[in-house]
Amino acid sequence: MNTILIVAGKEFRDDFRNRWTVALTILFALLALGIAWFGSAAAGQVGFTSFDATLASLTTLGAFVIPLIGLLIAYDAIVGERDDGTLLLMLSYPLARGQLVAGKFLGHCGALAAATLAGFGLAVAIMQLMQPPAQTLQAWLHIGRFILSASLLGACFVGLACLISVQTVDKSRAAGLALIGWLVSVVLFDLALLALLVVSGGNPVERAVYPYLLLLNPVDVFRLVNLTALGDGAGNDLLTGMTAHHAYPPLLLCLVMLAWAVAPFAWAMLAFRRKEV
Amino acid sequence: MNHAIEFEALAKRYGTLAALDGVSACVPRGQVIGLLGHNGAGKSTLIKLILGLIAPSSGRLDVLGQSPWRAHALRRRIGYLPESATFYASLSGRELLDYLARLKQAPRGQAQALLERVGLAHAADRRIGTYSKGMRQRLGLAQALLGSPELVLLDEPTTGLDPQATRELYRIVGELRADGRCVLISSHLLAELEPHIDGALILRQGRLLAAGSLNALGEQAALPARLLLRPHQHAVDGLLIRLDARGLPAQLRPDGRLELQVPRAGKLPMLRELLADPAVVDLDVREPTLAQLYDWLGAGQRPAAAEACA
Repeated sequence: MNTILIVAGKEFRDDFRNRWTVALTILFALLALGIAWFGSAAAGQVGFTSFDATLASLTTLGAFVIPLIGLLIAYDAIVGERDDGTLLLMLSYPLARGQLVAGKFLGHCGALAAATLAGFGLAVAIMQLMQPPAQTLQAWLHIGRFILSASLLGACFVGLACLISVQTVDKSRAAGLALIGWLVSVVLFDLALLALLVVSGGNPVERAVYPYLLLLNPVDVFRLVNLTALGDGAGNDLLTGMTAHHAYPPLLLCLVMLAWAVAPFAWAMLAFRRKEV
Repeated sequence: MNHAIEFEALAKRYGTLAALDGVSACVPRGQVIGLLGHNGAGKSTLIKLILGLIAPSSGRLDVLGQSPWRAHALRRRIGYLPESATFYASLSGRELLDYLARLKQAPRGQAQALLERVGLAHAADRRIGTYSKGMRQRLGLAQALLGSPELVLLDEPTTGLDPQATRELYRIVGELRADGRCVLISSHLLAELEPHIDGALILRQGRLLAAGSLNALGEQAALPARLLLRPHQHAVDGLLIRLDARGLPAQLRPDGRLELQVPRAGKLPMLRELLADPAVVDLDVREPTLAQLYDWLGAGQRPAAAEACA
């Protein structure tokens, strides 16, 4: 365990050193503030509208951005060391291969979670400062849930990135696979579900299965976690309308999210153990 | 347990390709051993096997008394300098050594001592990306010595080093030997390596051509020594005839000296005779070098592997 933490600490510091963490913090803060003040420009308003509406928009945006960042931050975790020739050196040290992968996974997840907390936390603090009506406990609960689930979503894709990194032979291939992974989970999966919905025309079997299909993609689970908690009327009618007949217990969603964070990472650890170096 | 490394019928196959094909040898503790062979001879495979990074396909391998495959704790007692070592360019030398020292559970403060020992103390806080090739190699040596390992594996340690740095490296290797540690050096630079090693493992195409002390290998090969004679100017012809009569045809070199090959067994009697010969003004004996031994082994029709643990 100690060895894992040593590796994780090094990766965490590296992400700080090469400005990943700071850049992400600023990006998250700007996104949140931009959405809060200009999110309802389409409706003819400029200025802070409501906290829940902001969070709903942030969820939609986060579902696009956070997977991409998770993949970018970690796709070269192992294959990068192989390219640089440091992998053999690392493996000649007294640590198991699983420990190396686990350390890198935890380090990058930590950096991403720190950026999420700092960026969104800062944005919310500014919002609360400037909009006294939004200073409610409810708001903090929602943003807390959002930050936690965003960190978990990041972990899912850091895990996927680790898996890609273990299984590829060079960095460019890993980058390509990471982009494909992002496209499939963020865009194509939902499109496929929509197509299914349209083609089947909503027969009973499909109606029963459909809500569970959403659990197969961590991005959708992330949306569910945040949007079901916000309830109706926060600009998320499309999704809640689709799934209103089926309430997802928060505990189930949390467990599914955790499983999605652990599964690709565990697969990466196992695959790396069996790899010839 | 007086051997640092012992292997018997050790083989590593990748599909149909045999990177190592049934090699057997022992490496004693407290010695510096050269691991020699062309590219693709199996040196890297053997090093990876010793480090426990790959599993042997068959055969037995003991490193410091245990099987190294996936023996993580064992690697605390082994130091390794990879070929043309590269490190995290964004770290400083000190940060890298501190990180690796923690991974190896080496005493704190050892990093600083090692930086001084390899002559990098002045650059310890610079980014490794700014280091020259020689400095990176010295940093690599420093990390290989973290945790005072009993066995040190150096893969092509002197490529890119200037003569001064090379001498420094072999000085440290000498200190390790004096400390009773085993050092395995893989290298192509036979002439440079020869004065510093006690024995050699010579590989070719996954097979062990020879293993043992340099002395024993020399005896086994029975390569002739070369003699260079400077004769009296007017006595050249007479000397040539006398040597020819002894069955030792000599060649006249452009510098006026005579060169002849003397079989190992008859070397000393021949020398006594020549020393007493008034026609000989000066005499120079060239013992067979490691490079000649290597060529002799490589040129042969794939001689059988040397006896294990002779």
